[in-house]
Parts: sequence; structure tokens; C-alpha cells
Amino acid sequence: MNTLPHSPSVESNELRAIRMRRIALFLHDNIFAITVLALVMLAGLLAPLLTSADPDFINPGMKLKPPSAEALFGTDLLGRDVLARVLYGTRASLLVGLLVALVALVVGLLIGLVSGYFRSLDGVIMRVMDGIMAIPAIILAVALVAIMGANFITVVTAIVVPEVPRVARLVRSVVLSLRSEPYVEAAVSLATPTWRILLRHMLPNTLAPLIVQGSFIVASAILTESALSFLGVGLPPEIPTWGNIMAEGRRFFQLLPGLVFFPGLFLSLTVLAINLLGDGLRDRFDPKLIKRA
Amino acid sequence: MKHRSLALALMAAVLSGPACAETLKIVMESRLGNLDPILSASHQTREHGYLIYDTLFAEDAQGQAQPQMIDEYSVSEDGKTYRFKLREGLAFHDGAPVTAKDAVASIKRWGQRDRMGLAIMKATDSLEAEDDSTFVLKLNTPLGVVIDAFAKPSGVPLFIMPEAAAATPITEAITNYVGSGPFKFVEDEYSPGVKSIYVKNEDYKPRSEEPSGMAGGKVAKVERIERIEIADPLTAVNSLTEGEVDFMQNVPLDLAPLVEGNEEITTAHLDKAGYQYGYRLNFLHPPFDNKLVRQAALYAVGQKEILQAQFGDADNYQACGAIFGCGTTYESDVMADIAIEAQPEKAKALLAEAGYNGETVLLLHVTDNPAMAAVGPVMAQQLRAAGFNVEMQAMDFMTMLSRRASQEAVDKGGWSIFITSWQVPEVSDPVRSYMIVSEGTKGYAGWGDVPAIDQNIQAFLAEPDVAKRKEIAAEIQKIVYEEGIYAPLGQSSRLNAWTNKVDGLIPNGPTVFWNVTKSAEK
Amino acid sequence: MIFYILRRIVATIPVMGVVALLVFSLLYLAPGDPAVIIAGESASTEQLEKMRKDMGLDQPLPVQFAKWIGKVASGDLGTSLHSGKKVSEMIGARVGPTLSLATVTILLSLILAIPMGIFAAWARGRWLDKSLMSIAVLGFSTPVFVVGYVLIFLFSVKAGWFPVQGFTPISENPLRFLRTVTLPAFTLSLAYVALVSRITRSSLLEMLGEDFIRTARAKGASERRVLLRHALRNAAVPILTVAGSAAAFLIGGVVVTESVFNLPGMGRLVVESVLARDYPLIQGLILLLSLVYIGINLLTDILYSVFDPRIRY
Repeated sequence: MNTLPHSPSVESNELRAIRMRRIALFLHDNIFAITVLALVMLAGLLAPLLTSADPDFINPGMKLKPPSAEALFGTDLLGRDVLARVLYGTRASLLVGLLVALVALVVGLLIGLVSGYFRSLDGVIMRVMDGIMAIPAIILAVALVAIMGANFITVVTAIVVPEVPRVARLVRSVVLSLRSEPYVEAAVSLATPTWRILLRHMLPNTLAPLIVQGSFIVASAILTESALSFLGVGLPPEIPTWGNIMAEGRRFFQLLPGLVFFPGLFLSLTVLAINLLGDGLRDRFDPKLIKRA
Repeated sequence: MKHRSLALALMAAVLSGPACAETLKIVMESRLGNLDPILSASHQTREHGYLIYDTLFAEDAQGQAQPQMIDEYSVSEDGKTYRFKLREGLAFHDGAPVTAKDAVASIKRWGQRDRMGLAIMKATDSLEAEDDSTFVLKLNTPLGVVIDAFAKPSGVPLFIMPEAAAATPITEAITNYVGSGPFKFVEDEYSPGVKSIYVKNEDYKPRSEEPSGMAGGKVAKVERIERIEIADPLTAVNSLTEGEVDFMQNVPLDLAPLVEGNEEITTAHLDKAGYQYGYRLNFLHPPFDNKLVRQAALYAVGQKEILQAQFGDADNYQACGAIFGCGTTYESDVMADIAIEAQPEKAKALLAEAGYNGETVLLLHVTDNPAMAAVGPVMAQQLRAAGFNVEMQAMDFMTMLSRRASQEAVDKGGWSIFITSWQVPEVSDPVRSYMIVSEGTKGYAGWGDVPAIDQNIQAFLAEPDVAKRKEIAAEIQKIVYEEGIYAPLGQSSRLNAWTNKVDGLIPNGPTVFWNVTKSAEK
Repeated sequence: MIFYILRRIVATIPVMGVVALLVFSLLYLAPGDPAVIIAGESASTEQLEKMRKDMGLDQPLPVQFAKWIGKVASGDLGTSLHSGKKVSEMIGARVGPTLSLATVTILLSLILAIPMGIFAAWARGRWLDKSLMSIAVLGFSTPVFVVGYVLIFLFSVKAGWFPVQGFTPISENPLRFLRTVTLPAFTLSLAYVALVSRITRSSLLEMLGEDFIRTARAKGASERRVLLRHALRNAAVPILTVAGSAAAFLIGGVVVTESVFNLPGMGRLVVESVLARDYPLIQGLILLLSLVYIGINLLTDILYSVFDPRIRY
């Protein structure tokens, strides 16, 4: 093995120190985004401490009340506490975002690795990916939810499917560019098992672009969920999300703007922070991403 | 209303083009889908039908059947033979005269679809045209409901179409939209989901009587009606207050504050009887295959909270435990309490007695209609409070209709409870109402097999005396509640709104546009 | 060159095939039953079965697919279950508003976004850059429908400058056309502006690192001249390419925007047809929109190859 050239994923202490400095710099540059995200996550996690109201408790006698001391954000059309719904909604909204990103990355990674490494499968896989990509994401998602019925799993699936091809393409392009690297060619010529090449040489190099891509997927998944809710095919209202709180409240927008404003504020700030963070990650760790994707 | 600079007002006037006072722009409750008012029982299809078709009879403001296309009719001594003569001068929009053959073909098609029509056809020996203007209906047993059925304003009203259109099989939609009503449908300008256009039928010969309810002279007083589809109720309200449309069929009550303070807008409840909301249980699968559990559900659910969630102010709704509607001939208070009050303790006791052990109750929750969307969550909360294990599945109304057709078990795509609504005249007696149907798996969704219901309906059909019919109706109500077939959720009538330029709307169940005028000034 | 273009065109054929297969299989997995939908509230089980048979819904899926693909290939997209109209006619009637909205949006976006990107690149690293880019990110961080509702409330309901809803074709009345299309286009353009201005900025910055810029600078060209004459000219191709390939994004945004502003376009038709389970209509729409997307991608690819000398065939 010693005769092999070093894979770039093996670091010296010097490199590690440089990396630490970059991380510190990254934290410093993105303090706004990181603070916002931390606060939003805390709001979701600590929801039961921040409000004593049950987000799903229906109280028709208290419907559509403006913000007051008892209900800081007011109540919705079934008399539920909007503050509680927005706080608990943080959980579902973030979960949708993270889960979509995770699943899309894993599935996209597998497809991308296979497609980039096994040339015989590449054509077929990429045509299917092109086909999925050709259907506008929101339309594909609307159709999928309409078909499968709206629950947590189907909504996440519907948002994942259109994201997968982009990830797969990204991974594939990394794999293709690595295939011709001398250390990979050497590994191949030494009859290293395929899985080992994929795991040891390909996977680590896809991580940086995948993390960056993943952050953008989180942001777009949260937005897509809200659009699906708006179009009437989002998560059911027993699972409050920022999207479906706004979707339910939009009819009363002119009477009680808070029903759209408060969840909208949480959503926009969060998505903004994630996007800024994604930009920051890209600028620091993967400046070539723009050109690749 | 708002302070706009003169320049802007002028610009707006220039940009909006010449004022077209003779065009009435209307926004209805939901979109017009199917154009076959016999095949589809959708209310929007029905409203379309009333613009372009005419009917043999019609109910007046007192609910009495009056001749409309019919000039005169007679019933034989034994009550088995009806002879009808059409008015003179009736013509379809293509110029062809309306003949007895057209009427006969239309009745026959309607008789395969409508519940009252089916009942009449079952008792019919023959229905034939005698000459161009006369047709004869011969029954094998006297029925008290023939004229009422021909005059019924809703469910599936008996619209008269040309014989060729009426020859379309009942499983296919008609493609010929020629009627003989006060307005003509402009097929070229029809854009599904966007707009439908109707123009005045200059050749229509209205009756001489004043309009009353659905009856009397139907005089088209505007040149053109543009029905514009606006899915979002807030957008619709805004376009009404901005004067972009003239009439809105349904202002969601929660949005009433946006129109009620507005001096340029008139609001009213044109449909006094309103809608009855209600739910049915699925008899085929656990837990509602058990009568005690069904009763428990009826006790667990109460109207007040649900109505409040749906309609807010107490002025906007009426709690009502009569399955044939409150304010109707067959209103009854037999066991009405079971439907009105939420009685979780009684429900718990019944569940214990039935040995209910947590089988899933799957509630089909309709979300695309504001009034219905409020029902599911409150009902689920009430059922849970009584110890039911409730799963709620959100869907639009269309999906609910498909889903409801499944007779599978809950975990295989079936269901336990669905919620629906009817205009009160559609459920106001045992022959019209689908909500009491219990004819097993071939019948209406719910599929209870309770022969006593149908026996009582037959007795009702044969009974000429109204007092005795009322007794039968009350008996049916008792069976419905005891068996847990159906429970109403109360009544509410929708709020209509129009700009002050519009006048002459007639209070009715269906929204109709004859007699309606629009002036250039406010 | 021509060979390359031909090859690109041929390469789209299997993609279209995949799309067709996806579209078909998607919708035939749907539980919604068209027979029930047409008959409405009061159909009995027996009546429904008869209708299903008459509509051919009881046949095996491969048979239905074969029939469908055969018809589509000959240009027949079928008949809407609801209106009984031809799908191609129904879609045709909805193309105008969507095309208008998309065109105005793209124009508006380019007018706003390119100067934004140039300013940001010019002020790179300074607060003007940061705030412009933050605004841009905010643009695609806010749901389109929230933006739409706020704009309607402010400019239509309160100020009364624009109609609340609806659409007037440009052929009918150009002024009214502008009044009906301005707010929706502005709403939709926010996200698009964000994308394009970011690409403009990053492409310019990338160009600024190239040798020919250094040469220009060395020759004493002013910063403005360097940016506008040298960098922008060379960045134009990547900017336009990204603008083109973001069309899919625009097609998605159209769905929501048309619903908010009640524009009778293809986007609203998508939602209507999905909610109504109008299978033939949904299939026709997705197929067509996907073809548009494939077409735009093909076009931008070809343009790119024509204008960018670095690409070899």
C-alpha cells in the first residue's frame, strides 16, 4: 500500500490546523445565520416550556381572536393558540427540511456513485434522472401527494423525489472527475475491490459539495412544504407546520394578518439563515460548486 | 370607500374601458365542473342548469308545486293516470319547438338517476307522448309524490332537454347544451375552471305570473352573465368590494366583516332553509359494525361546538336534531337530543358495554370547503374525549367522494365516518333524502342493511295523508338514530353578497338569475 | 457543430420517453376514482361500476398505457373527464396568461437583477454587496404566496392601483394587460431576481480573476470599464444560461402565483386538474410542461455551445 500515492483525504497535522482556522473564520463570518438557526431550533425544542398551550386543542368559543396577553399571536379559525402552533410547527418544518435533505443526499449519493462508476448503468440511470428533472419540482410534488394522500411520509417523499436527480448528478460529476486521478487508477490496477474504492476514495471527496448542496435542499424543502400546503396538498393540520398554519390562516389575512405574518416570519428567517449558511459553507469549503452544479 | 386621487380614478376609468351595465359578473361557491345536470348532482351544475333549462313544474315561495312549462294537467280518479299538456310557444335555443317527446325522454333519463325519479319509474306502467304537446304517465299504483317530484328544485331537478340530448345514456355526460330556459349557454366562450358565459334568450316566453320562489315568470333582465371562477374566497371578496364582480354566492361567514360594513354591498341569506351538515358511519367494518358503538358515536358528537367552529356567531347557525331538517314539513324532535348534545359519559358507558377496544375510527376530513374543514377536527376531539381512537385523514371533497366508495376495511383504504352537506330541500322527506338510505352494499355509502327503513319509505310513498306521513317520517327518524345510520350536525344558510348595482334576486335554495337587473349607477 | 446540435436533439428523445412513462404511471397509481368524481354525491355503487366500464377504466394498465402513448404520439392528448373538452384545446386556451406572465417576469427580473449583480460585484465585500445579496437571498427565502398576498393587500385593496385578480390579454387591451400582469410578475420575479443577480455577481467575480481582465487593468482601464466592457460581456453567456435553466423553477412558481392572482393560466389548470383528478388533463399538462423545460434546456445548451468558444464538440 505504501507505494500508492497519498489520497488527498489523508491529512497532516499542518492541514488540520489550517482547517481549524477555516472553521473559526467560517463561524465568525456566519454569526447571523448561526444565531438565527440556533434560536429557531431552541424554539422548537423548548416549545413545551415556552408555551403552556396545546397546539392542537380546539376551542371554537375562542376562534379568530387577535393577539392578546393570553394568546400572544392570537388564535386561528378553530380557536387554537397560534404561538403554540408556530413553536410546535418549528419541529415539523425543520424535520421536513432535514429529513428531505438527508434522504435526498443518501439516495442521490448512491445513485450518483453507481452511475459515475459503472459506465454500463450510467446511460439508463441518467436518462431516468433527466426525466424526473424535466418535470417541474412543485408539479411533480403536487401530483405525488395528490396520488398518495397527504401524511408526513408522503409529503417528505414527494419533496425528496425531485431533489434526488440534482444530488445524483453532482456526485456523478465528482466521481467522473476522480476516476481519472492517478491514485484511483492505481487502486483499480491493483484490483482493489470496487466497494473499497468507492468508500475510500470517492465518498470522502463528495462530502464537501454534498453538505453544501444539502443545506440548500433543507431551505428549498421547507419552502416547498409551504407551497404544497398553500395548494391544498400539504401536511394535515394536526401536524402544525409553518406552511399549513399560513395556508389555513391566509383567508383571514386581512382581518388577522398575524395568522400569516408570524409563521411567515419564522419561515423566512429560517430559510434565509440556512441559505446564507449554505453560501458561507460553499465559499469556505467548496468554491467550485457553482460550476459543478 | 377609499381616497383615491382624481387622476388615478380617471386612469382607472379609462383603463377599465366602457362600463357594461348589461353584463352581470358572478362568482359562485365552487367551480362548475360537469355540464350534465342530470348525471351530476353538483349544486354548481344545477345552478348552470337553471340558467339554460326550464322545468315542467316549480316550487313557489310557499313550497307549493306550480306549473312552469306545463299549461294544464289532470289526474284520473284512481290516481294512476296523469295527463300533461305543455304551454304553447316553448322553444329550444336552436329554434326547435319543445314537444311532448322531449319531455318524455327527459323524464326517462332523470328517472334513472334521481331518487324520487327512480321511485316513480318503479311504479310506472307507461310514459308516452300523445301528440306534440300532450304526454301521459300511467302508474301501476297511486303515488302521492309525482307532481312534487317533477317540481323538486334540487337534488336532481327535472330539466327538460331536447330528445336527442336526453337519449344520452345515464352513464355518459351530455354534449349538447341546448335548453329552453331564459338564458343561452355560449359554448364557444366556455373555459372550464375560468369562466362560463350565458346570454339572454330573446325568444323565451315567460309565464305571466310574478316570480315566486322557483315558479312564476322567468324574465331575463340582463343581456349577459359572466360566471367567473375564483377559487380563493378572500380574492373573491376583494374583487366584489373592488367592483370587479357583481355577485358572490357564498361569503364565508368568517369573512363577513369584510363586506358587512361596506355601504356599496348588500348582503342577504337568499337560501333561507340553508344547508344541513351531517355524517354517516360505515356499517361494514369495526368498530361501527356494532350498533352500540354507532350509538356511542352519535352521543359523543354534539352540534354546538362544531357549529361554532364552522360559523362563529350564534346568529349564523341553528342546532337541529331533525333528520329531515328544521322548518320542514317532516321536522321531528324524536330522539333529537342524541344529535344535538355532546354526551361523552353516555358514550363511554355504551363503549364499555359494547366492549370497544380501541379499533381505529377513520374520519374522512374534507379540507377544501371552509365550512366542512372545521367539522373534522372538532368531531375528532369530541370522539376522542369519549374514548374513541380517531385517525383523521385530510383530503379534498372530490377525493372524499372516491374514497367513500371503498367498501374495504379501514387499513385497506376504507373509512369509518364521512361528513357531507345537503341543501335542506334535498333531504326534507324520506323519499328525497339519501342520508337515510340503508339498502346494504348496493346502496348509498354507509351500507347499513336496515329493511325497516325501506318498508317505511314505501308506506310513506303510498300514504296520501300528510299527518300520517309525518308519523311515518318520525318513525324513520327513530330507526335512523337507534341504528346509528346518520346524524345531522345542524343547519346554516350561506351569506350572499352583491354590489348595490344589482337588484331583483329571488330568495331560493338554488341561486337563480332571472328577474335580476344591473344598473349603471350605484 | 451541427452534428453536436443534432446529437443533443436526439439525446432528448429517451428523456421524453422516460417522462411519458413517469407521467402515465404516476397518475394511474392514484386512488381517486374518476367515475365517482363525475357522478358526484349521490351515485350508488352499481351506477359507478357501469360508468367505470364505459370509461375504459376497468382495462389492464399496460393496455391503457399502450392506447395512451399511441394517441399522444399522434398529437391527441385525450379528453378531459370533467368538461368533455379536448385536453389540447383546454391547455391551448390557458397558454396565453402563462406565457405572458413568464415573459414579463423574465424581462422584469433581468432589468432588476443584472444591475443588482453588477453593483454587488463592483462593491464586492463591502456593505452594499452584502445588503444587495441579503435582499436577494431574502427574495427566495419567502414563500411566493406570502409575497403575493401582501402585494395584493397593499397595492390592490388599499391603494386600488391594480385589480385584485384576473387577466386581460395584451391583444385585447395593452394597458389593462399591464395592469393585470404587473403584480403577479413582480411577485414571481422576486425569487428569480435573487437567482440571476447572484449568478451575475459570481460570474463577474470569476471573470475578474481571468488573465484578459488583468491585461485590461494593466493597460489602465477604469474599474467601470473593466466591469462593464470586459467582464460583463464575457459573463453574459453563463448568466443567460443559468437564467434559462432556471426556467423549471419559473414553471413551478407559476403554479402558485397563478393561484394567488387567479390568472387563468396553465399553472392554475395544474392545480385544478389535480384536485379534480382529471387524469387526461394532468397527464397532458405535465407532459407539455416537461417538454417545454427540455426544450429550454436544449436551447440554452446550444446557445452556450455557439457562444462559448471554450466548449469543444
